[in-house]
Parts: sequence; structure tokens; C-alpha cells
Amino acid sequence: MNNFLNLSNSLNNYIILASILFAIGIIGVLVRKNIIIMFMSIELMLNAINLLMVAFSVHHGDPQGQVFVFFIMAVAAAEITVGLAILVMIYRNTGSVSIDALKKLKW
Amino acid sequence: MNSVWLIPLLPLLGFLIIGLFSRFLSKTAVGVIGSGVIGASFVVVLTYLFPALNGTLAVTSPGFDWITTGKLNISFQFLIDPLSVLMMSIITGVGFLIHVYSAGYMHEDDGFKRYFAYLNLFVFSMLLLVMGDNYVVMFAGWEGVGFCSYMLIGFWFKKDEYNNAAKKAFIMNRIGDLGFLLGMLLIFVTFGTLTYTEIFSQISDPNTSIIQENAGVITIITLLLFIGATGKSAQIPLYTWLPDAMAGPTPVSALIHAATMVTAGIYMIVRSNILYSLAPETLEVIQIIGLATAIFAATIGLVQNDIKKVLAYSTVSQLGFMFFALGLGAYTTAMFHLATHAFFKALLFLGSGSVIHAMGGEQDIRKMGGLKKYLPVTYWTFLIGSMAIAGIPGFAGFFSKDQILAHAYEHSTLLWTLALIAALMTAFYMFRLVFLTFFGEFRGTEHQKSHLHESPAIMTIPLAILAFMSVIAGWVGLPPAIADMLGVTADKFGGFLSNVIYPVNNDTAHHALSHAMEWALMGISTIAVLSVIAFAYVTYVSKSVRPTKEGEHAGLSNMLYNKYYIDELYHAIIVKPLNWLSGQVYTLLEVKVIDNFVNAWGKGVNSGSKSLRFVQSGNLSFYLFLMVIGIILILLFNSSII
Amino acid sequence: MDQILFLILSGLAICGALAVIFSKSPVYSVLALVLTFFSIAGHYALLNANFLFIVHIIVYAGAILVLFLFVIMLLNLNKEAEAKQPILIKLAAFISGGLFLFTLFGALKGMDLIITEKAPSTNIGSVEVLGQVLFNDFILPFEISSVLFLSAMIGAVMLGKKDLKEN
Repeated sequence: MNNFLNLSNSLNNYIILASILFAIGIIGVLVRKNIIIMFMSIELMLNAINLLMVAFSVHHGDPQGQVFVFFIMAVAAAEITVGLAILVMIYRNTGSVSIDALKKLKW
Repeated sequence: MNSVWLIPLLPLLGFLIIGLFSRFLSKTAVGVIGSGVIGASFVVVLTYLFPALNGTLAVTSPGFDWITTGKLNISFQFLIDPLSVLMMSIITGVGFLIHVYSAGYMHEDDGFKRYFAYLNLFVFSMLLLVMGDNYVVMFAGWEGVGFCSYMLIGFWFKKDEYNNAAKKAFIMNRIGDLGFLLGMLLIFVTFGTLTYTEIFSQISDPNTSIIQENAGVITIITLLLFIGATGKSAQIPLYTWLPDAMAGPTPVSALIHAATMVTAGIYMIVRSNILYSLAPETLEVIQIIGLATAIFAATIGLVQNDIKKVLAYSTVSQLGFMFFALGLGAYTTAMFHLATHAFFKALLFLGSGSVIHAMGGEQDIRKMGGLKKYLPVTYWTFLIGSMAIAGIPGFAGFFSKDQILAHAYEHSTLLWTLALIAALMTAFYMFRLVFLTFFGEFRGTEHQKSHLHESPAIMTIPLAILAFMSVIAGWVGLPPAIADMLGVTADKFGGFLSNVIYPVNNDTAHHALSHAMEWALMGISTIAVLSVIAFAYVTYVSKSVRPTKEGEHAGLSNMLYNKYYIDELYHAIIVKPLNWLSGQVYTLLEVKVIDNFVNAWGKGVNSGSKSLRFVQSGNLSFYLFLMVIGIILILLFNSSII
Repeated sequence: MDQILFLILSGLAICGALAVIFSKSPVYSVLALVLTFFSIAGHYALLNANFLFIVHIIVYAGAILVLFLFVIMLLNLNKEAEAKQPILIKLAAFISGGLFLFTLFGALKGMDLIITEKAPSTNIGSVEVLGQVLFNDFILPFEISSVLFLSAMIGAVMLGKKDLKEN
């Protein structure tokens, strides 16, 4: 796996790819009403960022970027855990997983 | 520390101690402290008076910088020269006697301690006024005495009409103060400084051409300062507050409205005598107003029935005499009359206080009569005071009034005649007062008769001292005729003050009167006065004419009794339009414009928030949408696209 | 060769992402997400980030997506239909997303193109190197993340418990 790497001129490509994935994640969060799909879009956004960080770390030769990605993954895992637990509670209380069910915090 | 500072500081200390700790002090303690500080101040003044009398006073001015901005440098300094020492002696001396008298007079009053605090504060302000070495310190004292006068006139504040009298005094003083302030401003603009010595040296310096450049300005300055003096010293047109000021306690009338505060205007003009000597037009105006006030007030005093009101109009009239003397250029004469007037007018007021005290609060002379049996000390001192004011030879008032009449005669015979008429009216109404109060049968109620008693010693001793002064104070100002006859220097008083008065270059040759003329003038005035007194005696004692009752005045006496309706005139011309104007401003400007403007802010916030609150819809997608928009905007503004 | 690999993996990732947000059934979304994650892992392999390649697959595909599937099964969401969004909101969402993309590209345009040749240093992404960095410089965050997991676990258990009172 070590030799066919020639990414010097493809850092831009990675940036473009990560941006596209991030934008798709944003669209997903705004368009869908199902809370689970929204969570998944957020995961998509996080992954786009991870990809970007790894690309930069390889480009600069600095392993700290990859260590940071490691931590992002850890945090994402914890976040999903708690988030889905909350989702289950919401389903128990309101009977639906649509985001429109949580409208009480208004004027 | 220079002992000069003790003179004003002691009364101030008295005010602070009594004002702050009155709860812990007994009435006796308050009386002792209040009178004691004035007495101590008087003792310190004496240490300056004796050198001044010997001519060995070192003119000192200790002080500190007060206001320094740009070109304006005002320092809080005192000027100790014969004029200020004279005023200080009068203020602290007569003030001390009045304080002692008040301790007896106000003994039953609940506001006893508050009274002494105010009196001490008044003495402090008055001392500042006369001791300052620039116009600003004088003005500070000027305002201070105006304020204390307001507090003391409205001392018994539970009665509305007393409060109105106090307000009237204060407001009329204020109107005059506007003139004073404008005069001060003009002085600063012209001379660049407000300190007496600097201004006067600029003028008397023969090398500068300030006088030629600013001839008209000096007339305006002096006129403006004189307007201030009319307010404070109750001349036409700002005199109506003084009779109403009799609403205050009688010792207050004695101190403030006879001996000290009302003399502040005269002091100010004498202090600025060099300016006035350069403005002959203003001097003419002062002559006319002074003489007019003297006659005017005397006519009103002829028919008044309140013992204090007669004395009040008498004060206005005597002040008119002093201004008349100033207008003639006789500054030292005016000061001489000021000093003698302080003694006998204070004596008369305190005596009337004693009468009122004996009558249990009654002030109407129609209800008095025959009091000389019951109040012997009061009667004798009051009689001495009346003889002094009438100008009977030998008493103080004779010499001072005679000097004024002599100066008037030097100017024109008409002025002398008018002044003499005013003097005769003075004699008449004063003795009318004496005869109606002390002679004849008692006309009051039985209850009052049983009450009649001589005042305690604490009140009669000051009366006696003042009576003594009223007799001997005149002998320092002997006219040349008598002085040459007795072989002493004439007019020692004038000599005492001579280095305060600046000689003016264009002085028209001073026609000194010959001795024969002087004797003739003195003789005429004495005979006239004595005949007027005899006439009064015949009217009020022999024929027992009684003053007309309320509502029965007719014609001329009605007009005099109602003070020529001047108060009503002022009310119609000035007060009512002002009230109307302020009402209009209230409804148009205040309610419609300002209130709406202020309310608009509140209503605007209210309606804005009513529309804005719909952002909080509770809809999470909406919030997320807004977040994304926000991030896009941040990126846009921070990147190089925009 | 690697360019072609890059393009294939990118295409797969983007198609998977689009499938995630556009498919009707949640289960299909999860499966599309799996595809996306695997293609991103492939990108990691391309970039010689070996450790992350493995960890990515284990954590994401192995744990997180399984968790998603569990919850979907638990809530029985298979055939559930979502409430219809008004067209306006969908349009607004698309426009804002697109705007975001264009902003990023616009930001990129202002940058100089990064074309410097850089020799790939060989072992950056290997376990040894990463381990060295992790346990020397980042030991504190490493330990604290264990506390993070502890609290997440406790929180999840607490939140998931049924209220014992309702019997």
C-alpha cells in the first residue's frame, strides 16, 4: 500500500470532495424530518471533516492531524450513544420520531 | 494660621455644630454656642478694628486658589481694609447682640435650634460678602445671605403666606442677581480680572487707556451692578419683598432686613466707587431712584398700622437715603448713615419685638397704647431709637442725615428740599408709632392687659447697648461747623475710610459749604423736625386721633394704605402672564412633544418585540436553517469574496 | 492508477451520501451510509493512514451503524412515512446548502493552488508512529476520553431505563 501514492496535486481534490460531502450533510439535516436521518447526516458531516484532516496531515507530514481524527471518532461515538438514547425517550413520550413533535419551546 | 480666617470660620462652625448635633444639645447649649461663636468672631474683629482706627492696619489678603480655567483665575481671598473692617464690626457686633436677644425672644419656639443654625449661617455668608477681595467671593456671600433670608423669612413654614413671602423675597433678589452677574461678566470681559485691587489699579493707572476705550461700558457695568443692588437693598422697583419679609421672626427682621443684608448693595457700590465715579449717568440714576424710594416708602409708612410694617417701610426709606447719598458721590456719608442706621434700626426692631412679646403676639398698633407704664425699658430705648432716626440733634441719626442733606444742598436746592421732606415724613411716622404705642390709654383686650410685662434681661440688655450706640455713634462724623467749634477733627469717619475712596480726576470743584450755611441748614432741619414731632404729639396724644379701622380708608389714604397697589400691579403685569406662559408650554410642549417622544421609545420596543417573538417558533428545522445561514454569512464576510 | 481509484471511491462516497438523504426508508439510508463509510475508509487507505482505516471500519461500520439499525428496529420504523415537507422548505434547504458549497469553492478560488511536490513520508499513518504521538503528546486527552465514554455509557443507561413506577 505504500507506493502508488501521488497525492501532491490532489490535495485540492480532497478539499473539494470533503466540501461536497459536508454540503450534502447540511442539506440532509435541513431537508429531512426524521430525527434518525438527521443524525446520519450529522455523521456524514463529521466524516467529511475527518477525511479533510487526514488529507492535510498526510500532506504536511504531521501525524497530529490523524490523532485528532482519532479523537473525533471517539467523540462521535459517544455522541451517537447519548443521542439515540434521547431519541428513544422522545419516541416513548411523543410516539413519533419526527422533529415536528418537539415544538413546545416557543413564545 | 492667620487669625482673619477665624472670623468667618467661627460662625460656620457654629452652624455645623448646631445643625448636625442639635439632637444632643439642649436649648441653652444651642443659645450659648450660637451667640458665643459670634461673640468670639467679634473679639477677633476687634483685633483688626483697633489698628484700623489708629491708621496702622496692615492690609492683608490671605487666601487660596479657587477657580483656574483658561484666563479665569479666581482666588478665595480676603481683603482687610478699613471698609471691610467697618462692615465686619457691624455684622459681628450687632449680630452678637441680636443673637443674645433671640435666645430670649425665641425661647418658647420649637424651631429654636434650627433658628440659631440659620442665623449663624447667615452671619457666615454676610462675612464672606464683605471680606472677599473679588466679586466672585462677594457674589457667593450675596447668594448665601439671600438663601438664609429665604429660610428665615419662611421660618414658620406651616403658614402658606409666610412661605409665599419667603419665595417673593428670594425671587426678587434673584432678579437683581441677574443684573449683578451680567455686571460681573462685563467686568471680566473689560478688565480681564475680577479682583478689586487689580481692576482698580488698572483704572487708576495713568498709563493705560482703558477708561477712554471703554467709557460706555463702564456706565453699563455700573448700571447692572446697581440693578443687583436694588434687588438686595429693596429699592424701586424691587422693594416689595421687604415689607412682606416681616413674616419672619422679629430678630430676623432686625438683623437681616435692617442692619446687614439690605446694606450689601450699598457696600458693593462703595467698594466699586471708582467705577461709579467714572459713570456720572449712573450716579444720576442712583440719585433719582434713591430719593424716589425714600419719599415713596415714607408716604406708605404714614398710614400703616402694623408695628413691623411701619419699621419695614422706614427701612426702605432709609435705604433710599443711603442710595441718594451714593448718587451724590458721597460714599463715606452713605457708609456713615449705614452704620448709624444699623444701630437704631436694629434697636427699633428689637424694641418692637419686645412690645409684641409683651402683647402676646399682637402687632396692630391700634390695639396698643399706654405701654410706657408697663414696659419702661422698652419705652425708653424705643424713644431713643426714634429720636435717632428722626434726626434730633445729639443723636446718631442727626449727624448722618445732616451730612446727606448738606451734600444734597451742595448739588441743588430742589434735592435738598425733597430730601428734607422725606426726613420730615420719617420723623412723623416714627413718632406716630411711638405715641400710638406707648402713650394714651391701653386699647387692647383685658386678657392682653393682664399679660403685659417687661421683657427679661436677656432681651433688654441688648436694647440698652444698642440705645447707647445710637447716641454716641454719631459723634465720629461731626460736620465741620461743629467740629471747628469744639476744636476736633471733622468727619473722622470719612477720614477713616478715606483710603478706600479713590479720588477721581474730573472731580468738579467741590463747593464746600460755609460754616454759616451749615448752621443754617442744621437749624432749619432741626426746627422742622421738632415741629413735625409736636404736630404728631398734638394729633395722637392731645386730640387722640385714632387710625382708621379696616375698610374705612378713603381716597388718598386708601391708596397709601394699600401701598399704591404696586403688588397687585406686579401680579397683573408679570406674574399672571408668566403663569399663563408656563401653562401653555406645559400643554403644548411637555405633554404633546416630550411625553410622546419618551413614550414612543417604550411603545416602539413593545411593538418591535411583538413582531420579533415569532422567531421563537419552536420549530427545530427553522433554527437549524438559521444556523446554516449564519455560518454562510460568517464565511462570506471573512473570506475574500466580499 | 491511483487517480482512477480516487475517482471511483469519491463517486461511491457521493452517491452513497445522496442516497442517505434521499431514500424513503430509514433502513435503506443506513445501508447507503455503510457504503459511504467504506469508501471513505478506502480513501484513508489511499492516503496511507493504516491505523485510521482499521479504526474507522471498526468504530463506524461496526458500532455506530449497528446502533442505528438497532434503534430503527426498536422503533419499528421500516414502513413509516414521514410528513410531507412543503416544497418551499425543501427549496430553501437546497439553496442554502448549495450556497454553502459555493461559498467554500469561492473561498478556495482565492487560494493559491497547492501544487508543490511532496515526497510522501512513508510511515505517518502507521500504528507505531501514531502510537508514539498519541501516548507522548496526547496522553491527557486520551485518558479523559475514557471518562467521556464512561459518562456517555452512564447517561445512555439512565436515559434508556423505563420508569419503574409505571406498573
